[in-house]
Amino acid sequence: MADFDTPELKEYLSIPAIEPGAMEGLAPFVAKPPHQEPLGYPGELVDNWEEKAIEKMGDMLKKYRGFQVFLDSCVKCGACTDKCHYFLGTSDPKNMPVARQDLLRSVYRRYFTFAGKFFPKLVGARDMTREVLDEWYSYFHQCSQCRRCSVFCPYGIDTAEISMAAREIMDSIGQGQKYCNEIITKVFSIGNNLGLPEPALRDTLEDLEEEIYEDTGVRVRLPLDEKGADILLITPSADFFAEPHIDGLMGYAKVFHEAGVSWTISSYASEAANFGMFIGSYENSQRIAMRVREAALDLGVKRIVHGECGHAWRVAYSFWNTYAGPWDFLDPNYPVPQHICEFTWDLIQQGKLKFDKSENDHRVVTFHDSCNVARATRMGDKPGGQFEIPRNVIKAVCNNYVEMDPDTIKDATFCCGGGGGLLTDDLMEIRVKGAMPRMQALHDVVEEQGVTNMAAICAICKSQFSKVLPYYKMPMDMIVSVHQLVSDALILTGQNDGDEASGEQDS
Amino acid sequence: MSTLSLAYVVLFYVAGFIFLAGLVLRITKYARTPAPLKIPTMPAPTTRTGVVMRLAREVVFFQSLFRSNKWIWIFGWIFHLSLLLAFFRHLRYALSPDSILWPLVNNEIVLSFGKYAGFTMLLGLLGLFGRRIFVDRVRYISQPSDYLMLLLIMGIAATGLGTSYLSHTDIVALKQFALGLLYFDPRPVPNDALILIHLALVAILLIVFPISKLLHAPGVFFSPTRNQVDNAREKRHLAPWAAELDSTRGNR
Ligand code: SF4
Ligand code: SF4
Repeated sequence: MADFDTPELKEYLSIPAIEPGAMEGLAPFVAKPPHQEPLGYPGELVDNWEEKAIEKMGDMLKKYRGFQVFLDSCVKCGACTDKCHYFLGTSDPKNMPVARQDLLRSVYRRYFTFAGKFFPKLVGARDMTREVLDEWYSYFHQCSQCRRCSVFCPYGIDTAEISMAAREIMDSIGQGQKYCNEIITKVFSIGNNLGLPEPALRDTLEDLEEEIYEDTGVRVRLPLDEKGADILLITPSADFFAEPHIDGLMGYAKVFHEAGVSWTISSYASEAANFGMFIGSYENSQRIAMRVREAALDLGVKRIVHGECGHAWRVAYSFWNTYAGPWDFLDPNYPVPQHICEFTWDLIQQGKLKFDKSENDHRVVTFHDSCNVARATRMGDKPGGQFEIPRNVIKAVCNNYVEMDPDTIKDATFCCGGGGGLLTDDLMEIRVKGAMPRMQALHDVVEEQGVTNMAAICAICKSQFSKVLPYYKMPMDMIVSVHQLVSDALILTGQNDGDEASGEQDS
Repeated sequence: MSTLSLAYVVLFYVAGFIFLAGLVLRITKYARTPAPLKIPTMPAPTTRTGVVMRLAREVVFFQSLFRSNKWIWIFGWIFHLSLLLAFFRHLRYALSPDSILWPLVNNEIVLSFGKYAGFTMLLGLLGLFGRRIFVDRVRYISQPSDYLMLLLIMGIAATGLGTSYLSHTDIVALKQFALGLLYFDPRPVPNDALILIHLALVAILLIVFPISKLLHAPGVFFSPTRNQVDNAREKRHLAPWAAELDSTRGNR
């Protein structure tokens, strides 16, 4: 299938012996000027980039306390060394979180600390050189910014923050990543990551309405740009075309329909994902987030509901208020934004949704906690709601639910391997290898408890798993949207109880 | 006063100054640098009190480290606990019995366990040193300074133990030296090789503290992933430099 070996699944997840250089040289395509300039970055590597990089680092040290504290505080205890899925899957020691940080910390020490200026050898300080830049470019694109390391570090040092800062520094000297920057360019020019223009989006939504009608005999609407709707749905654009995402979108539509609320999608803000975070750019993230504010104002909505997406939900939950708030023009009785799982769970608790759980009886389902939902956001009003609410929703619509190994779920969850701007074919090797710990845990429950499906609430997770499951000899359609499960069990008012058993999509 | 004593007095004033000034500078830097975004590692407390409790659990029990790695936790925790006990035991050199702080020093725990703190400290340090040498992942991330730091503290612990178990140091003279430093009324340093080495190593530790990874001590309190409240949706969080950008984000 490819020119690398897929890691073998063993009896249990073990910590490999280090293999220096195992992933050396793997790097994504570099962005060309048309994808650099619209983001405010130089088109290509500037002449005095060494100086500029250090200057930028100094600037960020003043703006981000986390960056400064994390660079100073690491004691090299080693507690994080076995926590990254990319290390576990590749054995490359530079994929150990602390070693990844050290790629940058060594430069920080050289230019910004007494010890590094005068005793570089003693503290492992290095000059900013071409080799260092190449190493940064390679290994800071082997980090999905999943924050697993930060859970286990005694000082909460978050390698994701270091990766973001490194990417921002590289962007600012003209060494950006093509995948992320091209996508952001599309958001600025068209409104979503896919570059799906309004007419195409409208066609897609009409097709979906037709599909639901054929299935159920009920006219469920998927409105676009409807002024005066109560709810604006912000969802990842993958929901408009990719499998299994699209089944999730139909699920949201059915839930809105049953709730009897008016809602709309916006073609201007037809994207939940905010790749500005992946590249650590406050300005670009804010620009993307502002589109949501503008759409909400233009359409005159009262609430914002957010679809199934992991990093996007992080930006929405944790950063939207900062980037694009205050949301004082929206209905204060609802959280801004509200996650679709929160929305659905509320309705379930109020008894407003009717389910035939047996529609999911052909499945044994487990749940993959998406890294950024689990470790960077919340749902509901209690800490940990982000774990409970999606599970509650699944259990309300499925009879057979199973958990994976407790060391691989909730805040200890393993990333799918494709997050943080890595979901691109030029990084396939690291994606497949990094998926190993999750694949191991999934494989265990498949063998032991007959699991047939893994549900997720993240567009990246869904795309990534569809792609990597076959490498581990599991069917690609094992991965399902949570709202696909909801959709399959939901009985719409007036639905014809015919033969359209909803198991058909996954046969 | 002998040249030696003079040298030690100067050394301690310089070391003390570097330690205090360096730490104050660093802490002000941390306190003044904004954290522009909400990045607590979730699940995080939703109240300030909750955050204080979270930090307390981190500082007292090393909660995250406990979840992470039991070996590092046990060695690290024993070492730090011993350090704390040793610190209290040493306070008696700087306090007089009529001080209100005297009960801190003169209590059952410090008196009975404090004596052995040097041994347990060495044990913890040896454990951490061993991991640095024998675990390939930890060896890979260790720089010379990481080994030296452990050796330095081991040296302090060992010479400290030596003064109470090998040579019997003149405690009274030592206390006079310490009090003399504190009250700016310098007294001669006890002329005892072990004590002199012990003191010199302590001075080195004070000097490197604010320019080394020992900054993890103040750092833990300033780490945004641990000290932020989870209330992003409820309360708008805006750093001063980010607020300036707000005015340029268009008229919406
Ligand atoms: S767990 Fe934290 S302090 Fe320990 S090595 Fe990793 S980043 Fe450094
Ligand atoms: S954030 Fe995730 S991917 Fe990045 S170093 Fe930490 S554990 Fe690895």
